[in-house]
Amino acid sequence: MRHFVIVGVLVILVAALTFVGLNYLHLMPAEASAQSIPVDWLWNLDIDVISFLLALIVVPIVYSLIVFRRKKGDTTDAEYIEGNTSLEITWTIIPLIVVLIFAYLGAYTLGEINVVDPSANEIQVKAIQWAWSFTYPEGFTSKELHLPVNKQVVLKMTSGDVIHSFWVPEFRIKQDVLPGRVTDYRITPILVGNYTVRCAELCGASHSYMTAPVIVSSQADYDAWIAAQKSAASTAAQTPEGRGQQLATSLGCRGCHSIDGSKLIGPSWQGLYGSQVTLSDGSTVTADDAYLIESISNPSAKIVKGFETTTAMPKFDLTDAQIKDLVAYIATLK
Amino acid sequence: MKKFFSSALWHGLLWQAIGWAIGASFVTLIRVLMGLNPFATFGFTEPAWVFGGLVGAISFLAGSGALTDWFKWAKGEETPEHHHDPDGWEKYINVSLDHKVIGIQYTMSALLLLVVGGSFSLVFRSELAQPGLQFLTLQWYNTLMSLHGMVMIVGILLGIAGVINYIVPLLIGAQDMAFPRLNAFSFWLAPPAAILLLSSMALGGFDTGWTGYPPLSVRAPVGMQMFFLGVIVAGWSSILGGLNTIATVMRMRAKGMTAFRLPIFVWAAIATSLISATATQLIGLSFQLVMFQRLFGMGFFDPAKGGDPILFQHLFWFYSHPAVYVFILPGLGIISELLPVFVRKPLFGYRWIAMSSLGIALVGFLVWAHHMYTSGMNEYLRVPFMYSTLLVAVPTGVKFFSWVATIWRGKVFGPYPTAFLFILGSIIVFLMGGLSGPPNATVATDLHLQDTYWIVGHFHDTLFGGYLLPFFAAIYYWFPKATGRRMNETLGRIHFWLMTPSFIVLTLLMMRIGLLGMRRRIADYDASLGFGIYHVIMTIAAFVIALSVLIFFVNFFRSMTKGEPATGNLWNSRSPEWQVASPMPVHNYDQPFEVVGDPYDYGLADSVYVRFANKETGGRN
Repeated sequence: MRHFVIVGVLVILVAALTFVGLNYLHLMPAEASAQSIPVDWLWNLDIDVISFLLALIVVPIVYSLIVFRRKKGDTTDAEYIEGNTSLEITWTIIPLIVVLIFAYLGAYTLGEINVVDPSANEIQVKAIQWAWSFTYPEGFTSKELHLPVNKQVVLKMTSGDVIHSFWVPEFRIKQDVLPGRVTDYRITPILVGNYTVRCAELCGASHSYMTAPVIVSSQADYDAWIAAQKSAASTAAQTPEGRGQQLATSLGCRGCHSIDGSKLIGPSWQGLYGSQVTLSDGSTVTADDAYLIESISNPSAKIVKGFETTTAMPKFDLTDAQIKDLVAYIATLK
Repeated sequence: MKKFFSSALWHGLLWQAIGWAIGASFVTLIRVLMGLNPFATFGFTEPAWVFGGLVGAISFLAGSGALTDWFKWAKGEETPEHHHDPDGWEKYINVSLDHKVIGIQYTMSALLLLVVGGSFSLVFRSELAQPGLQFLTLQWYNTLMSLHGMVMIVGILLGIAGVINYIVPLLIGAQDMAFPRLNAFSFWLAPPAAILLLSSMALGGFDTGWTGYPPLSVRAPVGMQMFFLGVIVAGWSSILGGLNTIATVMRMRAKGMTAFRLPIFVWAAIATSLISATATQLIGLSFQLVMFQRLFGMGFFDPAKGGDPILFQHLFWFYSHPAVYVFILPGLGIISELLPVFVRKPLFGYRWIAMSSLGIALVGFLVWAHHMYTSGMNEYLRVPFMYSTLLVAVPTGVKFFSWVATIWRGKVFGPYPTAFLFILGSIIVFLMGGLSGPPNATVATDLHLQDTYWIVGHFHDTLFGGYLLPFFAAIYYWFPKATGRRMNETLGRIHFWLMTPSFIVLTLLMMRIGLLGMRRRIADYDASLGFGIYHVIMTIAAFVIALSVLIFFVNFFRSMTKGEPATGNLWNSRSPEWQVASPMPVHNYDQPFEVVGDPYDYGLADSVYVRFANKETGGRN
């Protein structure tokens, strides 16, 4: 009996210390969405139970190995204890009740996460290898996701190719993005700040780099940003290069083609127009309108040297006018 | 060398290469006749590579001689019941029907594949030590990361087959497995499967992870198909091995060995075989559908053709979740089997532990969609899967509590033998894996945890604690049975004390950065997240683990010839295989034995477990 009391006290002590230690470490990132609060509540409950169970298993093992260790010269077997049915029933029934409670709480918190605000703003999200683009209700497309604080938005997400997954760690929620169907991501940001959406489902070579900025700002700042984007969009729509730039954003071209000379999956567009391009067969070609139009409409016709092994660019469904706009935009990138 | 070039292994490899070339040329010829282009980026076209790979694998089996007896039977020729194996090491690279030889063949192949898969992880682990790309390309990173997963899985399956093959017939008093030729056939499927898997590296690799989700797997290079073929062939081996184990335990037990007098490891072997014999088909099926989608343009998982990518995930996880229990149930069985021997006490709650293995196997079939909470499947479906997943905690808890009760008041002979250290390490590491499980089971928290390094840490803990550490315990424990010599204890302890703490550090840090935003399967990470220092420590830990494995191998090979002789009942076990001299005779027990008591009655005076026909031995000799 004495041993059980000592072990009981030690279990409680070790459990408490584990719990305090784990809390001290700040295991989770900042809580930046209303949905993160129920998630973290359930998580903290998990940590309570984990701390207790860790102590409950480890303490008696260590205690027994030390206290009941074999004395010198003792060659007899240990005590014959075959089992104890009521103990076995106890440690079947109690865990069963605990997991049922956890399953109920899991469903309950899931319900809290999915509370729908009918006035939530809708933003269309398109994922392709390896870029995100966001189309706002005001009609323009951006590479950045801007959200007003304390207002629910629902992201209507779809993929142009393979499966991706939308994850902002500070929002806690993750949702896969699939080709051929629309999945919802409902979030209420509660903390102003700059975050990053990171693709969480392996989607090919540049999966690691499939990120986009997420900016949560006050309603006033958000409105100002929307107004600025709208007017920039309508100005840009007047010129071919402006339309080309908008297309490059909404199609996600810049996921693979940089505009600052850095090498991504595809050749950079900086200084491309009019330059001499060396192809994989060793020949060179001038990057004129004809070459660029061909490369956009039939990406595999000519492969640039050094890009033979990267994933082939998909064909995009574009009109001739749109392709000309893109070329006009590329021509501006000196 | 001459012995090698006349071995079944060498003939099989030769035939595989020839069969591969013939199969590929055949398809290429048909393509020429049909006016299709005969060659592509990697020489042959994709259909030619796939058909060649399949013909090559079958040719290996024919060339190695694993089919010879069956061919003879088909022709009406008689074959001897037993084949006489050569005496030296060469019996391990030739077709043998002896379950002990096959068990060692499996175990050695498993160790080889675990080393290969582990080396892959060292390569990409080093790449991750610093942000940015240092020496791997993105495609190579993905290929090595994906192959690490599947090569380790196949290595684990072979290791399980090795332990089951070697030990189950000895534990139940059988002369051999129920179907010795099928047993040999199952083993000889493994080398061509491994070659197919690894050949994917030469054919462009693949970037999908071991899960091979379409549409990504539909777009990957030809290497993807070699991966699929390799898994299908390895899965075949696993299904047949499972069937053989079930038949052996059903039909070939010693007299008096009733269900609740079976050694507990046999219960685990049965539970694991039930899963592998009935669920493996589903991973083969799901991969085959993707193969056909690639080869014939069928739209199973292509939304543009009315298919659905989520369907694949259901089919895939219907095997791949129970597969986890295929890996861990034998490991947990080893823990339960060895614990009473070392603590000199009965196994606490034997029947409950036996039933919990079956319980885990059964519930394991009903939980697959917990891998898919974020996949976009029907939202409400997530709730029932949360309930079923959490239920797994109940039988697992029974095992833990029973182990604690077994250890309680136990008296271990000191200094602790290496095998016992590994058993303790298994319990602790598997506990870490188990306790990090429930947060993944509840949907709300999993929405954050899914596809992060938290998950990576969690499942590495379950597989190390549930498989790898018990596997090492089994090797240290039964090595004297196979060789008549014991492994060096000092080197064994160094192995343990280098491996286990490093591994705990490694996985705790994985979980730590996963919670903070480190995604899994990424070749590069954002330096601004501040994970650099964690990755440096994890990389060092990984190399310490590698060093410990190196020490293990030095010990392993040295002890075969130079180890301290140990021919008797080294562990003072009640189990039948220790009542006869080591190494085990070719046809196992010279005298049949009868089971007259319970297996783990340590501490009960005058209790006997097995009685040989003319020689009384048993619990305390």
